[in-house]
Amino acid sequence: MEKRNNVWANVDWITISIYLAMMFIGWINIYAAVFNEEHKSIFDSTQQYGKQLMWIFAAIFIAVLMINTDSKFFVAFAFPIYGGIILLLALVPFIGTTINGAKSWIQIGNFLLQPSEFMKMATSLALARFISSYNFKMHEYKSLLILSGIILVPVGLIFLQNDTGSAIVFGVFLLVLYREGLNGLVLFFSFLIALVFILTMVLDPYITVITLTVAALVINYLMKKKTRRTLIAAGLFSGIFGVLYLINYFLQWSIDPLYFLLIAAALTSALTFLYAYVLRKRSLMIMIAIYFGSVLFAVSVDYVFHNIMEQHQRDRINELLGIQSDLHGAGYHVNQSKIAIGSGGFFGKGFLQGTQTKFDFVPEQSTDFIFCTVGEEWGFLGTVTVIGLFMGLLMRLIFLAERNRSKFSRVYGYCVATILFFHFAVNIGMTIGLAPVIGIPLPFFSYGGSSLWSFTLLLFVFIRLDASRFEQLSY
Amino acid sequence: MDTFSKRKFIIAGIMLGIAAIFILRLFTIQITNKTYKQFATRNVLRKITTFPARGLIYDRNNKLMVYNKAAYDLMIIPREVKSFDTTELCRIVQLERLDLREAIKKAKQFSYYKPSIVVGQISPDIYAPLQEKLYKYPGFFVQSRTLREYPSKSAAQTLGFVGEVNQRIIDEDKYYRSGDYIGVSGLEKAYEKELRGIKGITKSMVDVHNRIKGKYNEGLEDTTAILGQNLMTGLDAELHAYAELLMTNKRGAIVAIEPATGEIILMVSAPTYDPNLLVGRQRSANYNILDRDSLNKPMWNRAVIGRYPPGSTFKLANALIALEEHAITPFDRFSCSGKGSKPISCTHSHVSPLAVREGIRESCNSFFWNAFRQIMNHKSNSAESYQAWRDYITSFGFGQKLNPELSSEVKGSIPEASLYDKWYTPGRWNAMTIRSLAIGQGEIEATPLQMANLCALIANRGYYITPHIVRAIQDTNRVDRQLSFEKKVVNISPEHFNTVIDGMQAVVDETRTLGATVHLDDIIICGKTGTVQNPHGADHSAFVGFAPRDNPKIAVAVFIENAGFGATYAAPVAGLLIEKYLNDSIVPKRKDLEQRLIETDLLNVAVVKKKP
Repeated sequence: MEKRNNVWANVDWITISIYLAMMFIGWINIYAAVFNEEHKSIFDSTQQYGKQLMWIFAAIFIAVLMINTDSKFFVAFAFPIYGGIILLLALVPFIGTTINGAKSWIQIGNFLLQPSEFMKMATSLALARFISSYNFKMHEYKSLLILSGIILVPVGLIFLQNDTGSAIVFGVFLLVLYREGLNGLVLFFSFLIALVFILTMVLDPYITVITLTVAALVINYLMKKKTRRTLIAAGLFSGIFGVLYLINYFLQWSIDPLYFLLIAAALTSALTFLYAYVLRKRSLMIMIAIYFGSVLFAVSVDYVFHNIMEQHQRDRINELLGIQSDLHGAGYHVNQSKIAIGSGGFFGKGFLQGTQTKFDFVPEQSTDFIFCTVGEEWGFLGTVTVIGLFMGLLMRLIFLAERNRSKFSRVYGYCVATILFFHFAVNIGMTIGLAPVIGIPLPFFSYGGSSLWSFTLLLFVFIRLDASRFEQLSY
Repeated sequence: MDTFSKRKFIIAGIMLGIAAIFILRLFTIQITNKTYKQFATRNVLRKITTFPARGLIYDRNNKLMVYNKAAYDLMIIPREVKSFDTTELCRIVQLERLDLREAIKKAKQFSYYKPSIVVGQISPDIYAPLQEKLYKYPGFFVQSRTLREYPSKSAAQTLGFVGEVNQRIIDEDKYYRSGDYIGVSGLEKAYEKELRGIKGITKSMVDVHNRIKGKYNEGLEDTTAILGQNLMTGLDAELHAYAELLMTNKRGAIVAIEPATGEIILMVSAPTYDPNLLVGRQRSANYNILDRDSLNKPMWNRAVIGRYPPGSTFKLANALIALEEHAITPFDRFSCSGKGSKPISCTHSHVSPLAVREGIRESCNSFFWNAFRQIMNHKSNSAESYQAWRDYITSFGFGQKLNPELSSEVKGSIPEASLYDKWYTPGRWNAMTIRSLAIGQGEIEATPLQMANLCALIANRGYYITPHIVRAIQDTNRVDRQLSFEKKVVNISPEHFNTVIDGMQAVVDETRTLGATVHLDDIIICGKTGTVQNPHGADHSAFVGFAPRDNPKIAVAVFIENAGFGATYAAPVAGLLIEKYLNDSIVPKRKDLEQRLIETDLLNVAVVKKKP
């Protein structure tokens, strides 16, 4: 059949359209973000916007190249590609160039390439290749070891280059492993720990404990539909806390209310646990244990971080997590970023009318904080459109991955979707103050050739694989 | 077989869940919460004030008395400051390190983003080397300002000075912002609204580094600064300098008025100071020094706040009233027994009996007691007579402020009849009780300005024009707007003036001391001395006079504190000033007198006297 043979007839044009739309919107916003009165032309190649256009054309060239590559190539060369980029990554400390404190770039002529960006694609290929291999079983000791190896070797190397942001991205492969059969509890606990940790770092411990309590009560209610029991637990918690808080207030003990939250959580947990134990409700006992464990974890993380560690250790941790140090006091960058987005209102200030981003109040306005320009100039309509485009792309990718009968294609497809998702979540989350400031780009939007090309490569390898969904039935 | 296919829903669910949280969050910060929009305008809008140059002040010959010179403020934007060589900067701007550190600390407390003044009012000679080195100090920049300059260094109290506004002024008047300047005293205060001009405001968009990125709203909300208006005064700068020279080391005041126009030619208060002291960086230090000089009070304008009993100079007023009321005729004579006269003894022996012309010439206390008694007995009772007398006196300008432009002016004091009623009970007081008024002593107090005004009124033979310093205001197009002033005619017949003026001419031409020190060969000067009894120390020396006798050009009043006889100091000072003003120079034979007056040190004598 001709359809089977013509790869252009089988590529997913919906994905490609979203991809092109994102690049175009990104380019327009880069133009607005770093608009220079003296270089008004959007094609001016001395400016970032002119350059980005060149990167876009190069990216399209890469895309075409990928589509014209035989899909069997990716399967066959998955490990060699992985090995090759690992080698390149290992060489970076010796031949690399340092930019912004991260020695993660290799200069080839005038171009700067960041091997860690391409590592995402290579690791995805390797994971897909390994998981799709014959006789693969997720929960075998050996499989888990190899999977950990495939993921952690590049993570280690990237950590060594001081590029923590890129390293953390690899954590998202847990979602892929989950899709392929990894025990849900691993995902659940990883997610819980990460969530509690981020909450503690971004918010303060009071809000974290209250959030956890509310979450536990809501989940309990949703799972068991026991209104009375939930209300009693909630009443217990707030009652104990309220009484202690009032006593403190009237006797002027000036004790940190966090202790009252803890006592309330502990007493409520103990009482409900006793109740569950007597009635032999095992799932309830587990849930209470998880809840109280999370509370303890949050409080101790906060305590250790703020009371035991020295400032330089805190800085180290922040650096390790890729949370950028804030030179101008708590949350200066995030605050400026929120001001920029918030000032956009519903319709935005209009194209090139943004002031917060253009006038350098927002840092890195063309790269990591490009979403601020969208928010300021295009308003809520703009931000929702961008989020919508991302969701459209991600949902489409999951759909494409699922329709492939080839396990390789499917795993790879999930890798692409989850990597893009992670970037999306952390980048936008950071600009609106919901995630710590970790310097990772917004795919297809942020300025920069290296990241644009690596995301293009990542995406179009999958589009090529998907285009061959009728040929490859085996893998 | 794919057993985990359903997990795609969980993964998609996580993604959609995060997206939903984001949209919710964006909804709150972009739509529900308005504070971000306010923050945004505060971030980018920078109001920059342009200060107009203050108006100039000219003297009667269109000579500049006050103008502006360039000065510079060293500004700082703490956020942009990098580490720098503090020692060098301190050396250039001549500042102590601690002061610099203190200034930077204060600036940081005010704002990290907005400019504050580190060192204000740097003179151009410091500015030049500073400008060359400024590139070494990121975060610092220079803002130009204007400072007042007083080329003739005179008339300090009359011109006044400008100072920084205080919080009370800022609260009361929305025009002023912290750091603005305002006229504090003298003309600078009285004509603040004309002199200051109108500040301009430029709204600019700035980036986080406070760099200007363009006009806000295309400059539609900008206003341009409007220059201050100039004051055209009747003061004579040259004569002022000369008068102040004569008043060296003396305490007192001089006021000279052009009778025909009411223009104040001179308004001197001594001891004085160089008005340039109250300008620039040394202002506050110098202000404190001047302010604390409780002995000399150099910042007091004695010409309008000095309340002196007018002494014998006041006899002119009494003579006019007595003649007008027909209490005496020009030919009525009264006898005098010199120091033995009752109820008021006379200072010296002279011809007796004598009429009004000689009475004025000899400043005869007996004559004026008799004349005053006649006035007081003229109506049916003392109170009524006194009231009639008082009405004349107040119509001469006494007991009231003459011109609101002289912001610190005091009324002086001419008691109401009710005061004596209170003191002595009604009907129980008469001419005898208040006899001191006959010779300008007692309860009456007048300012040197009021005495000069009396003299101008006599010179004009019956009227005076409200005395004023500023005659016109010149707008920014250099067009003068003449100010109009009220002409006040007194109810005294012209022939009585001639009688009194005859006496005044006789004072100068026929008495021995004044004949030698005041009399001029080519100009007829009319005057009257006063020796003011002073309960606090030595007598004050006073003189009022005008010249020429016909078509008078200048009327002057001189008060020199604790200087003794009017004829000794005040009269020759007035004489020299009249000569200088009318002839432009002093005849050689009077140079010795001039020198002696300049060198006379009455201040330090007074200090010695005060020591036990």
